[in-house]
Amino acid sequence: MRSPAPFPQRGEEIVWIYEKKLQYPVKVSTCNPTLAKYLVEQYGGADGELAAALRYLNQRYTIPDKVIGLLTDIGTEEFAHLEMIATMIYKLTKDAKPQALKEAGLGEHYVQHDSALFYNNAAGVPFSATYFQAKGDPIADLYEDIAAEEKARATYQWIIDMSDDPDLNDSLRYLREREIVHSQRFREAVEILKDERDRQKIF
Amino acid sequence: MDQQRERFTPMKSYVPFRGLFDPCPPIGEKYYSTPPNLYVGFQSPNLEQFTPQEALRKGTLWKVFYDYYDNPYKRGGDSGHG
Repeated sequence: MRSPAPFPQRGEEIVWIYEKKLQYPVKVSTCNPTLAKYLVEQYGGADGELAAALRYLNQRYTIPDKVIGLLTDIGTEEFAHLEMIATMIYKLTKDAKPQALKEAGLGEHYVQHDSALFYNNAAGVPFSATYFQAKGDPIADLYEDIAAEEKARATYQWIIDMSDDPDLNDSLRYLREREIVHSQRFREAVEILKDERDRQKIF
Repeated sequence: MDQQRERFTPMKSYVPFRGLFDPCPPIGEKYYSTPPNLYVGFQSPNLEQFTPQEALRKGTLWKVFYDYYDNPYKRGGDSGHG
């Protein structure tokens, strides 16, 4: 029997491709619902993975052709990060009894959602489309993207500082490193768009 | 050049101003991260790479962009960073 190929073979008709595998493994070693409360900042917060994915996959329609692919690549990768964060939150809360959630500061969440995940930030504020912009000016939009990556990097640092779960921190370090690489690529995109090659430079 | 490389650190710190009546004990040094992407500029060709297996674990293929992070306040606030 042939194992299913992740990508279409010649002549195969494919309607939709999704690889049902996390970008990086998520392992949680301690039962700690309080960490879930902090992690939700990266789930439905202003600088979280959902805001990042929606920001880039929306801006890419009105950005110069040279950098559309970059926004598509990074925007879809943010959804892979979102899946990792969701997995972390789910694992940290799935067996927690109502009392344990209450003690972790998640009593209000339990009343509204039980253990279901919801797109809100660490303070319980629901997700909002106002967390990101699309100005239509390529430089303004890319500068926002760079800032968003640095803010997400900082958020991961603060969560690592608050967490003493070595396995969870390992996955969080991976996500922080990806923010650094994304920021680097957005900075390079700005360099591409402002390039003055073959032109006489008179300032 | 080598001296400059020695002085490079991805973590900076400063001692915040202390007022006469600050209620909390001083934090000592306050840290902030300055990862390599702030310095590299447009990536030049032929930089050193991790092996593919290492790259998948570390989150980057390029050694120059790798920046390990740990809580800088964990070891009594002094981890020898400049």
